[in-house]
Amino acid sequence: MVFFSYLISGISLGSVYAIIALGYTMVYGIAKMLNFAHGDVIMVGGYISFCAISYLSLPPAVAVLLAMVVCTVLGVLIEGLAYRPLRQAGSLAVLITAIGVSYFLQNAAQLIWGVTPKIYTSVVSFRLPNSLTRLGLSSEALVTVLSCVVIMVALTTFVNKTKMGKAMRACSEDKGAAQLMGINVNATISMTFAIGSALAAIAGVLLCSAYTTLLPTTGSMPGIKAFTAAVFGGIGSIPGAFVGGLLLGIIESMAKAYISTDLANAIVFAVLIVVLLVKPTGLLGKYVPEKV
Amino acid sequence: MSEPIKRKPTKLVPVPSTNKIPERDINKAPILECRHLGIDFGGLTAVNDFDMAIGRTEIAGLIGPNGAGKTTVFNLLTKVYQPTRGTILLDGVDTHPMNSVQVSRHGIARTFQNIRLFGNLSVEDNVKVGLHNQVRYGMVQGILRLPGYWKKEKLAHESAMELLSIFGMQDLADHQAGSLPYGAQRRLEIVRALATNPSLLLLDEPAAGMNPSETAELMENIVKIRDTFHIAVLLIEHDMSLVMGICEGICVLNFGEIIAKGTPDEIKNDPQVIEAYLGKKREV
Repeated sequence: MVFFSYLISGISLGSVYAIIALGYTMVYGIAKMLNFAHGDVIMVGGYISFCAISYLSLPPAVAVLLAMVVCTVLGVLIEGLAYRPLRQAGSLAVLITAIGVSYFLQNAAQLIWGVTPKIYTSVVSFRLPNSLTRLGLSSEALVTVLSCVVIMVALTTFVNKTKMGKAMRACSEDKGAAQLMGINVNATISMTFAIGSALAAIAGVLLCSAYTTLLPTTGSMPGIKAFTAAVFGGIGSIPGAFVGGLLLGIIESMAKAYISTDLANAIVFAVLIVVLLVKPTGLLGKYVPEKV
Repeated sequence: MSEPIKRKPTKLVPVPSTNKIPERDINKAPILECRHLGIDFGGLTAVNDFDMAIGRTEIAGLIGPNGAGKTTVFNLLTKVYQPTRGTILLDGVDTHPMNSVQVSRHGIARTFQNIRLFGNLSVEDNVKVGLHNQVRYGMVQGILRLPGYWKKEKLAHESAMELLSIFGMQDLADHQAGSLPYGAQRRLEIVRALATNPSLLLLDEPAAGMNPSETAELMENIVKIRDTFHIAVLLIEHDMSLVMGICEGICVLNFGEIIAKGTPDEIKNDPQVIEAYLGKKREV
């Protein structure tokens, strides 16, 4: 029974990682850059929904939508202002900029909302019957896992079946050729950031609902973990982000339960190192041979 | 952008017509006109004073020794590079303010010397990427699969299949583009370019790596494409049988400058062209 409850909390944590990892992996797949500010967009999503619920007393569903809208705009703005001017620059310049944006967001949040932790009221208002809660299944966990599955299915459909999705895949393979086929690469990259950031908002709400405290640095650790999950599953691959996120969440939860709470993070990263040593492209990543 | 890019709304796929191509009308404005086109890379002049006009349904050739600047001309036309000098008039419109995407929407499509297909996408999806700007539906429609989406997707599917059928490639639609044999990849690139509904098709060494029978088939297909879609074709090619066989006008480049222009017969007998390809006759 105890094992089962740890498994559930691992899956629920993993689902949040997976949703965040999707943002990393999509942006990496299409713009070939690591958007380290992604974790902080989660935090902004958390704060926006917090304000909407606590100060404006909006219903939770509206608060989540509002957070998604704000984060989408924020993501597109970050891309347009910070990353787009560096499109021709080296990847290190973009990476450093991303770290800069990350600190900017954290400090801006500190200025606006202060450093004292906010107590977040869960957006999930229904309660599960006792027979289920006794198994360790909380309503938050249920909503988190369900949202993750819905998002995965919707995103996979979007990328594989719609023309915008095809444009994205075309851009991820060869931006130059895509452009010459009439695809607006900048708009496609903006779209990717928009989707990734909207997902980050959802992740922020789910994360805060599960852990109930909200700080300007709330997003950074889950952000890094989710990045790890994306690499774990094979960065650039959408199913990879899903698998990587879930596995990472389960490993973390099990490590906390059976080995040591303090060592949990170390164990997670050790597993990552081992996986990358055996399969450098991640679990579902594709090996792309360099053409000479 | 100072000038709005407008192009007549088009059907997804031009209706193939059985009409004969009208005789080339010299008075009609050419689809493409380059005037004194040139580009420098640092101190190196890659292309200089490039003048060329292509008729609306002409098949034109661009030849020259390696490094003459032929692909650079293609890159200038498709705005991969911005020209340093000169103007490009596409259907009478100056392309100066346009970028690659706008030039593509305005009617230039191209293939690449080194095949640049989207290798991980299916053959059909590659063509649909070309159709991108012809298919219109919103993202919400796409995710929620509203009726509009199905209708447009069905149309896109039919168009893609019809385009693939030009080269008899319908059966390969579900294959991964990267797994196709070389010749098929070259043909798919042409189909993808056609899917953007161009009025000028640029082919960069379409016959490279093909055997003589494949080349002969390709020649037939290029002419067929021109006759079906009523478009102009400009091709770079080293295979003289292809160039001399189907091109109506040929332009010879050497060291970035045009050294000869004319019909295949004129080019074949031009002393400067012979010199550029074979070297100077030694004085005895």
